[in-house]
Order: sequence, then C-alpha cells, then structure tokens
Amino acid sequence: MIILKIDNVVKRFHKKTAVDGISFEIDKGSVFGLLGPNGAGKTTLIRIITSIFNADEGTIFFNGEKLNEFHPHEIGYMPEERGLYKKMKVGEQLLYLTQLKGLSYKDAKISIVNWMKKFEMKDWWNKKIEELSKGMQQKVQFISTVAHDPKLIILDEPFTGLDPVNTELIRNEILRLRENGATIIFSTHRMEQVEEICEDIVLINEGKVILEGKVEKIKEDFKEHKYKVEFYNSVEESQLEGLDIVSFTGRELIFKSPEETESNDLLKFFIDKNINIKSFAEVLPSLNDIFIKLVTE
Amino acid sequence: MNKLWLIIKREYLVRVRKKSFLIVTILAPLAFATITFGMGFLTAYMTRNSTKQILVKDDSGVFKKYYKQKGGNVYTFTSGKINELKRIYHKKGYDMLAYIPAYNDDLENLKVKYYSPKKPGLSTLGKVESDISKSFKEYKIEKSNLDRQILDKLYVDVSLENAEAIDSQGDKTGKVSLIISTALAFVMGFLLYMVIFIFGTQVMRSVMEEKINRIVEIIISSVKPFELMLGKVIGVGAVGLTQLFIWIIFIPVILSLAGMFFGQVPQNGGSMMGMESQINPEDLKQFPINMVIHEFFSLNWGLILPAFILFFLGGYFMYSSLFAAVGTAIGDDQGESQSLIWPITVPVVFAMIIMFNSVENPDSQLAVFGSIFPLFSPIVMPARLPFDPPIWQVGLSLVLLILTCVLFIWISAKIYRTGILMYGKKLTVKDMIKMTFSRN
Repeated sequence: MIILKIDNVVKRFHKKTAVDGISFEIDKGSVFGLLGPNGAGKTTLIRIITSIFNADEGTIFFNGEKLNEFHPHEIGYMPEERGLYKKMKVGEQLLYLTQLKGLSYKDAKISIVNWMKKFEMKDWWNKKIEELSKGMQQKVQFISTVAHDPKLIILDEPFTGLDPVNTELIRNEILRLRENGATIIFSTHRMEQVEEICEDIVLINEGKVILEGKVEKIKEDFKEHKYKVEFYNSVEESQLEGLDIVSFTGRELIFKSPEETESNDLLKFFIDKNINIKSFAEVLPSLNDIFIKLVTE
Repeated sequence: MNKLWLIIKREYLVRVRKKSFLIVTILAPLAFATITFGMGFLTAYMTRNSTKQILVKDDSGVFKKYYKQKGGNVYTFTSGKINELKRIYHKKGYDMLAYIPAYNDDLENLKVKYYSPKKPGLSTLGKVESDISKSFKEYKIEKSNLDRQILDKLYVDVSLENAEAIDSQGDKTGKVSLIISTALAFVMGFLLYMVIFIFGTQVMRSVMEEKINRIVEIIISSVKPFELMLGKVIGVGAVGLTQLFIWIIFIPVILSLAGMFFGQVPQNGGSMMGMESQINPEDLKQFPINMVIHEFFSLNWGLILPAFILFFLGGYFMYSSLFAAVGTAIGDDQGESQSLIWPITVPVVFAMIIMFNSVENPDSQLAVFGSIFPLFSPIVMPARLPFDPPIWQVGLSLVLLILTCVLFIWISAKIYRTGILMYGKKLTVKDMIKMTFSRN
C-alpha cells in the first residue's frame, strides 16, 4: 500500500528550478531514503510534502488523498536545521509543539510523558532547553517530531551532531516506529546510514530523480563482478595468473571476473591451485560509490 | 482557530511570566512617580537657587530710587570705582556686577554693562533687564506727571472663555475643559507612540528569535506562517494591554499615595510631555477638584473611547506586522535589523512631531492631514479626539487606517512567509519588494 505518491512535482524560485518534475512512491511501513548531494532539492521537496511550500506543478497524494490542510497532523518533521525555544521548559515546549499538531492537552501530555520515560528523561520536565546538552536537546527534538504519533515521519539528517550512544538510541527508535506501522523518510547524504536502515531509496540531483528502487536491487544492478578472497597463507602473484586483479596484498585479493562466470567456477580456480581460502565473497558497490558515480557523471 | 489560540497563549505567557515583565510593570509606575516628584522638587530647588546677588553701581540713580525689592534677585547698590569693584565683587560673594551709566532723559536705549565670573543664564539676564527697565518706566511716569490711576485703567486683562461652557457650567469651565483636553490629547498620542515602538520591536525580536533558533520551520510545518505571525502580533499586543491595564490602575494609586506623603500632588508633572506651555499651574489652582472631575467626565467619551481603541488596534497591527516582516529579513545577526527599521521609524517619528503640533492647533491643515493619513493617523488622531474633530474626519481616517492595516498585514505576511526560511542571508528592501509580488 502506498502512503505517499509524488506526481511530477515542480518548484521554481525565481529563475532556479529547485524541484524539476519529481515522481516516486513510498510504501506504507517502509524506511525510505531520500538521497542527494547538498542543493539537490531534497529540503525543498520535503517542505512541499510538509505543506510549508506549495508546488508550482504536480500533485502529492497522502494515503490516496490529495494533500490537504489536515495531513500535516499526520506528518512528523525533524528539519536539518534543528531548533527549540531556548528559554522554554522541556515539558511546556513539547506540549506546545504537540498540541500544534492537533493533539489535546491531555493526549499530548500522556504521549510526552511516555516518550520521556523511554528516553530516561523524566526529570527534565521543568528544565529549560538552554540548560541541556546538545545530545539531550536532540532527544527533545526527536520527541517533538514523534509525540503526536504521526503516520509519516520525515527526518532530515537525523544523526547530525549525535554521539554514538544517542545515534544508536534514535536508530532503534526509528526501526521500532516502523514496526508499529509508521513510514519513515530519511533524508541524508550519509550513505552508510542509508544502507543500514533503508529498504528503498530515491536519489535526487539537480532537482531530478536519477535513481530509485530497492537498495539491494540497486547494488545488484551496479555490481562490477568483483570478488574478494582472503588466504590462510601468503600467495605468490604468479599463482594468480589469468585473473583480472584489482588489488593484491599476498593474503588478500580483489579481482574482477567476466560477467557470466559462476562463483563456483572461480572457487575451483583456487582449489585447483591448492590455495587455502579463508573467505570468499562478492564485493557489491556501496551506495556511496554509486552515489558518487552517478552524481559526478 | 485552536492553533492560533495556542500561539497567542504561548506568546503571552512567555512574556508575562518573565521576571523582567514583572519588574518593568511594577517599576514603571514607580519611575513615573519618582520622575514626576523629582521634577517637582528639582524645579522648586532650582527656583530657590536662581536668586542672584547682584552688586550695582548706578550712576543714573534711577534704579536705586525706583526699584522695589519683591523677591527674585537681590540688588546691592554701591558707589565705588568701577575698576576696583570689578576686582572685588566676586570675592565679596556677588554673582554679578552691573554698571548703569549716567542717564540722559532723551536716551531711548540704555546700555547697562555687566560682569560675571560665569556665563549667567538667559533668564537671569532677562530678569535684571526687566527690573531695571521697570524702574526707568516708573521714573519716566513720575517725570512726565502722568496720573497713575489713569495709567492703571489703560490696562485691560483679556481672557478667552468658551461661551457654550459658560452657559451651562459657569464661567471657568471652558478653560478647565481645554486643559483636560490638552492633557488627554498628549497622553493618548504619546501612549500610541510608545505602544507602536515598544511592542512593535518586541514582535520583531520574537520573529528574529524563531528564525535564528531555527524552530520556525517546525512550527510552520504545523501551522500556516500567517497564523504564526498573527498569533505573535496578537499575543504581544495582549501583553501590552495587560501592562497598560496594570498601569492605569497603579499609576493613580501610587501618585495619590506619594501625594499624601509629600503633601500634595505636584502640578508640574505634565511638563515632562511639553505641556508647560499649555497649562499654567496657577490656572489649575483656581478650579475645585469636583469641577475638574465633572469636566473630565463630560468630554465626548462616546466618541473618544471607541475611536481610541480602534486607532490603538489599527496602529498597533499595522506597524507590528511591518516589524514582523523586518524581523524575517535578518540573516543570523540580530544587529542587521537596524538598517531595515528606519523605513518604519521615520513615519512614526513624523507622526509624533505632527501630534505635538496638533495639540496646539487641533484644526490646522497639518493636524487634519496627519490625522487622516494612515501612517500618521494612529498617533495624531487620538491627540485630536478630545477637541471634537468633525466626525467625517474620524470616520475617513478609520476607514483608511483599516484598509492600510489590511494591506500591510497582507504584504508583511508575504514577506514573512518567505523570509523566515531564508537562512544566512540578509534580505534587502529590494528582496522584500520582490517577495511581496511573488506568487509563493
């Protein structure tokens, strides 16, 4: 089932076209990566989805309906440029932001208290934001994004500025929210994080979609038939004659094989030469490699 | 509507709960009382100390003979040599030495020389000139054998009084009414000037804070930018009204308490606002308090009060929405707003100047223009209201103000909507004009 359908959306600022006819769909309950270099049009597209901007052309459908004024209540958005009222108390601030998303005072309070318990910050209710560390502020920011129980959560560079412990905490929460039925759009240019948690991605450059699909499928499509082999003992280069070597260190080899070759045939090459193999694996391109390749093309 | 209410509530509570709000709200009436009484005592002190000791060498003999000491400067006459006197007068404790040369009856212009270690004030010189001049007048009257009784009859004391007021209230109420109207005009005009500046600036700061904090993007993903701007303007305006309300209650209380403590309420308090030219304290003393109260309540409150409230709201909304737009124009440095404020400040200051003029001449062309032109009318018209301006002028002024207010809010909302998301770049006036005419 599709939760969000972007249909040929265009947004222009004066002479610059920031979003240039973008179309894609997002499945309900998925973690979706919205990727692209800086200035690609990601933030503009997100602002159109969150109704901050209107599109000049094209349509957005949320849960099958044309995007309307009630949909922002079902969306949680954490922008890249974070911000909270520094002088306001944590509890008050979360209540305000959650009520702006349409929750009643009572429901907002119940939800916020639950989240604060989960993040072990029960005692922070009366603390001012300016008294908190940056990591603590990030947690408050995350709660403000999800406390109204949105169906679609948009996180723009969510791990920026987080320490490893908090990164793990937020990452686990993102996955847990997905298990509970939420859909997550994860916008970033940090590819390694995308590979870890996203199932589908769309890659945008200069306002246009240049790649989309399942992460595994994309990797498969862009693979270069490279294999990595580790040996128990050091091997002479002369023993590897006939292989298209990419790199070799004596105990570790990366080579490229012809497209039609089966991996068993490759293994046989080493076995026939009585070379002891410690590990053998196909090297798939990282999203980072694909990203750089496509963006610089 | 619910969200607008949430925004108004937050903007209001955040400010009202601040310690600074409490301090300003309590201290302002105290400061007002202190300044009022301070001015009173200072004036009294200055007046006491303005008496000068003046040594006079009078070769004409006229001043010595005809001068009648009645307070003011103390003149001591001497016949010493002028060069010697110049050397010693200051050492002997005199503030000034005046030398009146021998007088010939045909002279129309008498040149009196003075010596003073410090520059004497203009008022001191004026008083000395007047004292000497009066003595010479007496001398000439006597010399000309004029009948003093006839001379006294030549003088007629003329005062203008309001004929309609005399018919209904006796002979002095016209003047009281004028004094009350003038005071009220100043207070209302000045109040609106203060409200526009103080609370307009607060709206601007609040917008800047949200932009610099980056929280604005989160908020406008939940509410429309226009709602946020409107909520902010209303919330801050409500803080202003609260403060005014507290002051309206507190200032008279503190003034009366202070008055009881000091014996009487000083009547020169209004001089702070430039009213000394309008109100003579001597006049006030002539009128019993019940007459003042009666006159105060017999002003045309049916027009003044609703019109004042409408001009208050119109002026505040018009200018604070402009301040909000300027708040979005800054980059990341709060200081940048200064250069963009002047297009707002100039009309407000102009309005203030016209307002002062209007109080003196409520029906002058400048006053009529100022009270109808929408950029000036929120400050100038309230100052004309106590003088019963023609109702069509008030009506026209209000219609124009409301139309301009709607136009400015619309323009500001357009600038605001785009400006709040433009980080790191200071907007120019040209950018803001472009935003006004852009579609999105």
